[in-house]
Order: sequence, then structure tokens, then C-alpha cells
Amino acid sequence: MMPSSSERPYSARARARRILALIRKEVRQIFRDPSSILIAFVLPLILLFLFGYGVSLDTTRTRIGVAIERSTPSARGLLAAFQASPYFEVDVATDRRELEQPLTSGQLRGIIVIPASFDADLWKRSATPAVQVIVDGSDPNTAALVQGYAQGVVGVWTRARAVEAGRVRSPSGSEERFWFNPELSSRFFLVPGSIAIVMALVGTLLTSLVVAREWERGTMEAMMATPVTAIELLLGKIIPYFVLGLASMSLCALVAVWLFDVPFRGSVLALYVISAAFLLPALGQGLLISAATKNQFLASQLALLSAFLPTFLLSGFLFEISSMPRVIQWITNLVPGRWLIPSLQTVFVAGDIWPLFLRDVGAMSLFGVVFLALAVRTTRKRVA
Amino acid sequence: MWARLLALIVKELLVVLRDPRSRFILVGPPVVQLVVFAFAATLEVKNVDLVVLNRDEGASGLELVRRIEGSPTFRSVLAVHDPKALQKAIDQQQAICAVHIGPSFSRDLVAGRPASVQFMLDGRRSNAAQIVNGYLGTIVNTYVADENERSHRVASTPRVVPRNWFNPNLTFTWFTVPGLIAIVAQLIGLIVTALSVARERELGTFDQLMVAPLRTPEILLGKLIPPMLIGLAHITLYVLATVLIFSVPLRGSLLLLYGSALFFLAAVAGIGLFISSLCATQQQAILGAFLFLAPATLLSGFATPIENMPPWLQPLTTVNPLRYFLVVTRGVFLKAMPFAEVVKSTVPLFFIAVVTLTVAAWLFRRRTE
Amino acid sequence: MSKTLVRLHAVTKRFGDAPPALDAVSGSVSAGAITGLVGPDGAGKTTLIRLMAGLVTAEHGSLDVLGFNPATQSASIHTAIGYMPQRFGLYEDLTVEENLTLYADLRALPTAQRADVFEELLAFTDLRSFKTRPAGKLSGGMKQKLGLACALIRKPRLLLLDEPTVGVDPISRRELWRMVRGLRDEGVGVVWSTAYLDEAEACDRVLLMNAGKLLFDGPPRELTRRTEGRVFRMVDIEGRRRPALAATLALPEVIDGVVQGRAIRVVARDAQHVPSVPREAGPHARLLPASPRFEDSFIDILGGGPGGESKLAEGVRAIPGRGENVIEARALTKRFGDFTAASEISFNVSRGEIFGLLGPNGAGKSTTFRMLCGLLKPTSGEGRVAGIDLRRDTAGARGRLGYMAQKFSLYGDLSARQNLRFFAGVYGLSGARKRQQIEQMIDVFALSAHLDMASRELPLGFKQRLALACAVMHEPEALFLDEPTSGVDPITRREFWCHINGLVEKGVAAVVTTHFMEEAEYCDRISLIYRGRSIALGSPDELKARAVTKDRPEPTMEDAFVALVEAYDRTQVAA
Repeated sequence: MMPSSSERPYSARARARRILALIRKEVRQIFRDPSSILIAFVLPLILLFLFGYGVSLDTTRTRIGVAIERSTPSARGLLAAFQASPYFEVDVATDRRELEQPLTSGQLRGIIVIPASFDADLWKRSATPAVQVIVDGSDPNTAALVQGYAQGVVGVWTRARAVEAGRVRSPSGSEERFWFNPELSSRFFLVPGSIAIVMALVGTLLTSLVVAREWERGTMEAMMATPVTAIELLLGKIIPYFVLGLASMSLCALVAVWLFDVPFRGSVLALYVISAAFLLPALGQGLLISAATKNQFLASQLALLSAFLPTFLLSGFLFEISSMPRVIQWITNLVPGRWLIPSLQTVFVAGDIWPLFLRDVGAMSLFGVVFLALAVRTTRKRVA
Repeated sequence: MWARLLALIVKELLVVLRDPRSRFILVGPPVVQLVVFAFAATLEVKNVDLVVLNRDEGASGLELVRRIEGSPTFRSVLAVHDPKALQKAIDQQQAICAVHIGPSFSRDLVAGRPASVQFMLDGRRSNAAQIVNGYLGTIVNTYVADENERSHRVASTPRVVPRNWFNPNLTFTWFTVPGLIAIVAQLIGLIVTALSVARERELGTFDQLMVAPLRTPEILLGKLIPPMLIGLAHITLYVLATVLIFSVPLRGSLLLLYGSALFFLAAVAGIGLFISSLCATQQQAILGAFLFLAPATLLSGFATPIENMPPWLQPLTTVNPLRYFLVVTRGVFLKAMPFAEVVKSTVPLFFIAVVTLTVAAWLFRRRTE
Repeated sequence: MSKTLVRLHAVTKRFGDAPPALDAVSGSVSAGAITGLVGPDGAGKTTLIRLMAGLVTAEHGSLDVLGFNPATQSASIHTAIGYMPQRFGLYEDLTVEENLTLYADLRALPTAQRADVFEELLAFTDLRSFKTRPAGKLSGGMKQKLGLACALIRKPRLLLLDEPTVGVDPISRRELWRMVRGLRDEGVGVVWSTAYLDEAEACDRVLLMNAGKLLFDGPPRELTRRTEGRVFRMVDIEGRRRPALAATLALPEVIDGVVQGRAIRVVARDAQHVPSVPREAGPHARLLPASPRFEDSFIDILGGGPGGESKLAEGVRAIPGRGENVIEARALTKRFGDFTAASEISFNVSRGEIFGLLGPNGAGKSTTFRMLCGLLKPTSGEGRVAGIDLRRDTAGARGRLGYMAQKFSLYGDLSARQNLRFFAGVYGLSGARKRQQIEQMIDVFALSAHLDMASRELPLGFKQRLALACAVMHEPEALFLDEPTSGVDPITRREFWCHINGLVEKGVAAVVTTHFMEEAEYCDRISLIYRGRSIALGSPDELKARAVTKDRPEPTMEDAFVALVEAYDRTQVAA
């Protein structure tokens, strides 16, 4: 009825043809399965949107209260300085006790107390005039920023007064320049960082789900009983999801630049090299998880726990690695995302800095090789 | 009615405790969360690396560098002699800030000319850079003021006296850990409920349940009470950890915390049941829960303040139950939040719970016919 | 005999600490023959097939497939075999044609030959008009045929089919057999694993397995012959057959017996002692010799079935009012969108009666079944249980019925005891009565040794017992059993039916769905559901009588089924 085989089944040509057939199958499935599209394109946009708008460390116009205990010219001058500051939205009171309740309930982030003796102390050599800055320490980051800004306002006001009085010709002090991001927009680092999370989701979560589904439905077993080898099967998965990962990264990059006005100062080549290097460990991890669990439910759990969470928390995306305890700092070295984030932020905001890229690409490729090797080993073993 | 309801609740608790998957969910994520979030989720800026290029030949430059080195915030202060090295250190993220002291710094300071120090900060990490800038600015300003005062150039400079209420040392764990109580209650309450109906569907026990002489309200209560109980148990463990391990002061009333928690858990369980009714498998339920959890957590004020969000986005957070319960957990722990304030945050929770439970019950009925 | 393709010698395979899945199995598979791998679930059939496919490796013993060692040369085996796993190995999102193309690519079928091969396979499997339909949207029978086509893309020397007929209706099953016989005649060696003993008889040779051990290796007729001259049919039974069966099974000279329509099938312990006829069968009952079946010999090889006494039934109080209607279906109709899943189905089940719903998958029998036990709301018509309208008082009606689902559907993570407690609780038992009922169930079903084991870990037979215990603990008047014994070994199945028979004798009414033809004969009356309609209703003997033809004087239940469905299709075409 049917002719029998003549070509050698393990020639390079035969291998390539099988891999191509597997890729074609995978691409068809991706386009027909709504959950693939959901994870690869919709979820990334939602995340990007959330990180672009929802998460912001830019403490612009923080609401504070200023208590002027006695209305003297200097006190009024300092108050005006606070009111003029772009960082503050000021409620004025004559008694600090009026402002304490709003501070407790969270309506105010801080209280500036200009004491009754302020004016007098300014002119007395023996006394030190003091401005009290009370902040709501229950949110330490905002508290630290409010303190810093308040310090700045008082400093500027003092120097302006000194110049006015002619005692110094010009104020001394520090002069800061924020490179790459003079507007200090946290979006500049959060949006590129969230692209890393998106790639971790597509690379690891989506891959582990689709491969676990094959195990669950028994198609993996059917494939294994054909001339296809484990490596061919894995390549048939890696290649399409690699391309899909780059596609959803590209979508995010476009949205980042066009919608969120994140600058793109590096080269497109660098962006793709960095992303490609990250997708290797991400895909390897996904394949490893699915081969080890063979179950979509467990795979999704493990993928979220081992890819999403570390990329979110331990990569320096939002939280400074150098501020973490030493043990955790050491652990972050094992998170591939930790090597992606600096390069990704750099290629967007700073430009091509190849020494940095090469270090990170090297580290990620190393993880990629390890994960992929483990995935091949586990897949081979797990047929049984 | 009570015997049947009790049987349902006991069954539900046993299933959750005996199923290795659910047991994993009850233990794994909460522990990881407590350890990783509490220690890693910090916006504090410590152990900062700096580079300094001091081109000043006088004493002032040296003294300023010594003061910077003396600050505990900075881990390493690397001295370089070439402006190019400054740029390289920042480009490659070896330092977050480069300090440049110009050649005339000492002379200018003595002569009353504008003496200035430049900080070049890495804007890729703008939040940390800003805080470092604050630290360094204070050091420089204090030094300049001290110098001026010593040379009697200025009468007296007003000092800023900081006072941190509720958290005197601005310890970051005091901020994160009470917040984690709310996060874990949400995670557990949501996932346990979301999985419960989906699990019964997947394993085929749902039909068995539906042919038993149970009325829909009994089944609904039987599905809602166990996750709430488990959520309360997790809250209790986290409260203990907060006080005993992280030494966060408990200043307010636990009774208020638990009272508010009941409404919060009811609201969350309603959402979980809603997800569960829509999903056919546990895997879909987990993804559904994740799809809800990610935005709910990010738009709650847990990590970053709600007032930093764009004004058009802020109204969206008013339907997020986590937002209200976070205020309560942090308030009860750190601020000794009074009864009236707790009630103010609990009333929205009550309304959200009414809505989510009604919708979930309606959907549940529809899906089971 | 032709060439041997597979040789097994003392093959043992163990997974973890469990008892061996295969225990020193030896045997062979020949070219040009269908070798049946027969046995209940958990017998080790799948493991053996996967060993032959080179997907797992044996622990001990030697294995030779097509001259290769599967442990080291699996690649060579893979190019020469066709393998259809239990779930057919199809990609559900891909169309019929795309699935074929994928397998053609993987097996390097030259492009020039493709059009012809596809054409031939599509004609062979009758799927030509479904070329562009996604595999996930095919019926069970069509999926199975497509799976077979994929395994046949390049004509294999050895074709491995793992339970190809699970969930497939009798008509598709016959077609599949026809196709596979064609392949055999072309010289392909076929391994066909199945839990259905009636399929074993159609194989050229069987490997009969139970709990990892090989019980028999040879032509099925040889095994069947074992009970030659020992099988009888007890006919002209007066009164009820079930007490007669129980009495017959109690006789020392009887090793096995089952209800078969109006008659009882009896197997004698040995050929010397013809069984006597018990008093319960009435004065006119007599034994006629019958030809043995594979199943008779299988039970015999296992040492006989269980007795006929049901301890469960003994403990249950009798419900008076025999003949009264307990379950009533009145013109039950269910529409999903514009698809009518069940149309105007009516029947009554009275106390002491077993009613069977028979039909292919997707014909509407489970829809009907689910409407009657309150899991689905009928679009029109009404269902009553114990006189209570299911639409008015669902909870009330549910309290009077017991339900046992097709697949094991108790809480797998709970122990047997916790399951019993839970179901006692939701059925409103409490206090002393709850304790007493639970104790009785433990006693009747001999569950005490397994009480604290997670119920998903229980052996299949115990799962079955536990499920029945949970369904009858509250002493329901109506019992709903959905495919109750699929995949269960024949001994456990007899034990199960023994309890059902006992309960029914006490006045319980039972509705059973089944696609298991043997089981259909245990029922008093059957409704044959096809395309959402009840196309025939009557006792098994009546239905069989309708299929009598000249060259088939004694049709089996399956013959009757096929004949009735075909006759219905003809009237539809005519209309």
C-alpha cells in the first residue's frame, strides 16, 4: 500500500526537514490557540501599561503641611519657598497639632514646623535656628524623598538670603547632573525593565505550558515513537518560541518608545543581541520545567515562582540589589534577569556600552547553555 | 443545614491540606514571599559605590572626601585621576555617582567665591540616584555651612531637624512586612477559592457534589468559608512573624485588624469564586488568578504610592480591595490607627465584598444551571 | 506461522516501589497476525506496548523488536513501527490534513507520493470530507481513525495500538477491525491492546495479562476451549432471575454465572458435574449446553467469580411497593443552541428494575442521564424521582437518589474514611445513624484495611467499592450508575453487579448507562439512544429478537445494536 523508506533517517537533510515540520506545526498552533496570543501579546501590553503608569517612584507634588507658629517675614519667606517648590503641595496651619491627624490618616506625607523663635534665632549668633521636618515614616521611601526635598528648599532659601544680604557673592554648594535621565522619570528604567519580565513570561511560562500540554495530551509520546529525536523536538519548540519572544519584545519596545516616550539611544542590533541572549536561559528553563513536571498546572506554578518572581524582585528591576542582604545579593547572580536589566536599561536610556553588554550577554549565554543542556537531558530521560 | 455545611467545610479543608499541590501553594509562595519580599523588596539605598575625582590641592577637598568616606551609606569610594575614568565607571555601572571636586574648590571657599562640587549620577536608576544625591548634598551643604560658620561669614544657617514619625529609623521592613500581611491574605484567599471549584470540575467530583441534596447557598458558603479560614490562619502567622522576627511594633488593636480582614477576605474570596466559575481546569484558574493578582498588587500602593500614579488612573484603584486593607494593616501596626479610621477603610471593603459575592453567586448558579 | 517480529523473554518493569508493572513476561508477536494484549486496567498492557515502542526500557529480561534492542537502538525501531497511543497522539488545533502532513514530514514521506498516500488513507478511514476540520472537533471514532492513519503514513512492519477502542461506539469499532484486518492481510504485525474480552476473541493470538503477569499466550480459541462442555444457559426461569442467579452461584459445582437477558449463563467447575437447577428458578427451568466464550475461560483461569450473596443488600431494609414507578422521564428534551442533544425521551423505571441506557458516544445517553439525576435542566419535558419533580425540588429529589459517576469521582486526596464521612454528612446523616452506616459500609465492602489510604491510591477494585459505598450509604430509592464498570476486571465487575442485583431485589430502581454490550444484558429493559432519540425500547431478548436473520439465528447484543442503528439510519434516509 505504501512505499517503504529509502533515505537515511539521520542525515542532516532529514533532520532539518523534521525540525522544519515541527516548527510549522508549532506556528499553526500558536496562531490557533488564543492563550498563546494572550500570553505573548496581550499580557505584555497589560504589564507594560501597569509598569508604565501604575508603578511610579516619581514623587511629584507630595502633599505636606507647613506650620508657621509665628508669622514673621523670614518664616513667610521660607513658606513661600516651600510653596514655590515643584515637589510640594502645601497646606498651611498655625499649629502643628492641626496637621497631625491628617498625617496619621495618610493625607499628608510630612509636616514642616517653622518654630516661633525662628526669626529671632536667625539673628542670634549663639542660637541655631531649626526647621523641623516631620515625615510619615510608615513609607520610608517617600519619607526620605520628602526629607531630601525639604533640605533642598531650606538650603536654596538660605543661600538666596545670603546672596541678597551680600555676605557671599554667590552660594557655594553642590551641583548635580543626572546623566541619561535629567527629568528623573522612573519610567525610563521601569519600562525597559518590564520588558525583561515580559520576556521571562513568554520564554518560560508560555513555553513550559505548551510543552507540558504535549506531555499531558500524549502527543509528546506519539512524537517520540517516530524517528524524531529529543534534540529535534526541543529545537522544534525553541526556534518558534525564540522568534515569538523577540516579537513580543519588539512590540513592547515600540510601545515603550512611542507611547511612554522612553528614549532609545542604543542600536537595534544591541537590543536584539541582548534579548536573544536572555531568551536562551528563559526557554531552557521553560523546557526543563515542563519536562520535569509533565503537567500544565505544576508547570505554570513553577514558571511563575522561578521565572516571574525572581525577574521581578531579584533583578534590580525595581529594588536595588546593593541594598539587599549579602546572601540575597549573591543569589541574584543566579537570576538571568539580573544580567538582562542593566543592559536593557542601558540600551534604551544610555546608548551602546559594549563592555557592559558583553559581560551580561556572556553571563546569560552561560545560563542558557546550562539550562538547555539540562532540558535535553531531562527530556531524554522523561520519555520513560 | 448545619450538618451538611459542616461536612462541606471539613471536606474542603481536608482536600486543601491533603492535596500536595494545594499544600505546596499554602506553604511555598507565602514563605518565599516573606523571605524574599521582606529582605529584597527594599527601596532603601545602602552600600552605594562611588568614584571621586579630587582635583583640588587644598585641604577642603581632602576633608570633604574624608567626610563622604565616613558616611555609612557608602560601601566603596574609589579615587580616580582622570575624568574619562569617571565616565567609564558610570557607563558600566561600577558606581552610581561620580563626585568631581574642581581644582579651585579650597581657594574659592576661602575667598567666598562660589565653590562647587559636581555630582554625576546614573539616571538609569533615577530613584536610587536621587536618594544618593540627597545624601551627598547634605554632606556638602553641611561641610560648606560649617566652613562658613568657622570663618564667620554667615550669621547662622538654619538647620533642618528631621523627625520620622511612626518609624524613627525609616526601617524599610517596617513598611514592607505589614504590607505583606495584606498581600498574603489576598494571595491565599484568592488562589484557594479559585482552585476549589476548578479542581472539582477537573477531577469530576463536581457532579458528585451537585447530585447531593445541597442547596446552592450551602455550596457557596461551603466554598467561601474554608478559604477565609485559611486566609485568617495565614494572617495570624504573618502577624506573629512581623512582631517576633521583624520586630515591627504593634501599636494598634489586633481586633480591628481581624475585623477588617474578614471583609477583605470575603471580597477576595468572591473574586476567587468568580474566576473559579469561569475556569474548567486548575491551570486556567492559576493563570486567571495571576491575571488579577498582578494588577491588583501593582495598583494598590504596596510598592509605590498611589498618588504617584497619573490622575486618570487613580480612580481605578478605588475598586481594588487590597488598597484599603493595606492602609489598615500598616495603620494598625505603625500608627495605632483609631477605630473611626479603620472603619473608614473597611466600609469600601464591605461594598466591594457585596458586589463580588453577588456576581460570583450569580455566575456560579448560571454555570451550574 | 510467519516471521516473529517481537520476542520477549522474562521482561520485568517496575515503577518506583509499586509492585512490578510487568512481572517476568515472555511471549512473541508475529508478522501478518493480530496479537491481542488483553487484560483489565492496570494489567501492564500499556507498559508492554511502550517497551516494544522503545519508549521505556525493561529492568530485567531481554527484548527484541524487529531485530533491534529497544534499549540501545530505539531510533531504528522508530523508523519501522507505527504507534497509536491511548489518546491517539493528535494535535487538536491542527486539521486532519495538517496532522497527516506533520507525520508525513516526520517520517520523510517523499513529496511525490504524498497525494496518493493521503488520498488512500483518507478513503480508507472515510475522512475525506473532514480534511479541513481540526482534530479536536472530530468524534471519538473519527479521532481514532485519524490516529490510525497517522500511524500508517509509511506502511509500518509493526503496528502498535494502545486501547484503540476506548470510548468508541460499536459501529466505529467494527470499522476499525475491518481496517486492521486489511493491514494484517498485507503482512503487517499488529499489537492490539484492549480491556474488552469480546475483542480478544477476534485476535489471531492473545497475550492475556492480569496484574503484570502473563496468564495465557496462544490463540484465543485455545483458551476458550478450556471451558468447552462446561457452559450452559438456564432458560425458562420462572419469576425473577436475580434470586435464581444468587442461588445458582451458591451451588458448589458452579464456578461462574451471569444474567443474560431472560436466561442465566452458568459455568460448571468441571465437565463431570452438570450443575443442578436451584429451586428459586422455578419448576420449568432447565439447562441447555452453550458454546463457551473467552470471558468464561478468563474467569475460570482466575479461579472463578465471587459468590452470589450481597452483604450490602442484607443490611438494607426492603422498600415495599414493588412495581411502583420510581423514576419517570416524560418527553425529556435538551437543546444546546440549535443542537438537540436529547429529544422527547420517555420511560419509567419501577421498583426492583434495572433500566439500561445504551448508545454510542455523543448520542445523548449521558444528556438524558444527567437530566434525570438533576445535573442538567431539561429544555422541556419533566423528570421525576420518587414522585418528586426535579424542577420543583431538586434538593429533595437528590436526597432520594444515589449516583455513581463514570470515572472515579470521589475526593482522591481524602482517605476512604474521610470520603465516607463527607458523603454521610452531605446526605444529612448524623449522630448514631451516621456512625452505624459508615461502619456497615466498611464491613460490607471490606474496606477496613484501606481506610486511611488516600482514595486515589486505592486499587481499582477498591475505588469501585468505595464509590458504590458513598452512593448507597443513605439508602436511596433510585440508583444512577454511569458506565459503572468500564476498565474493571471481570471479577470485580461480577462483585459489583452482585451488590446491584441484591439492592434491586430489595426494591431499589436503577438506571445504568453502558457501552459494554455484555453488561446491557444484565438489565431488565433497555432504551437504545441514537442521535438524541430513543430508537428502541424493550428487554434485551426483545431487542436481540429484532436482529434475528437467517444467517444469524442467535445475534449478540452488539449485533442487535448495530442492526437497530442501521435500520434507523435507513428510515431516516428514506424519509
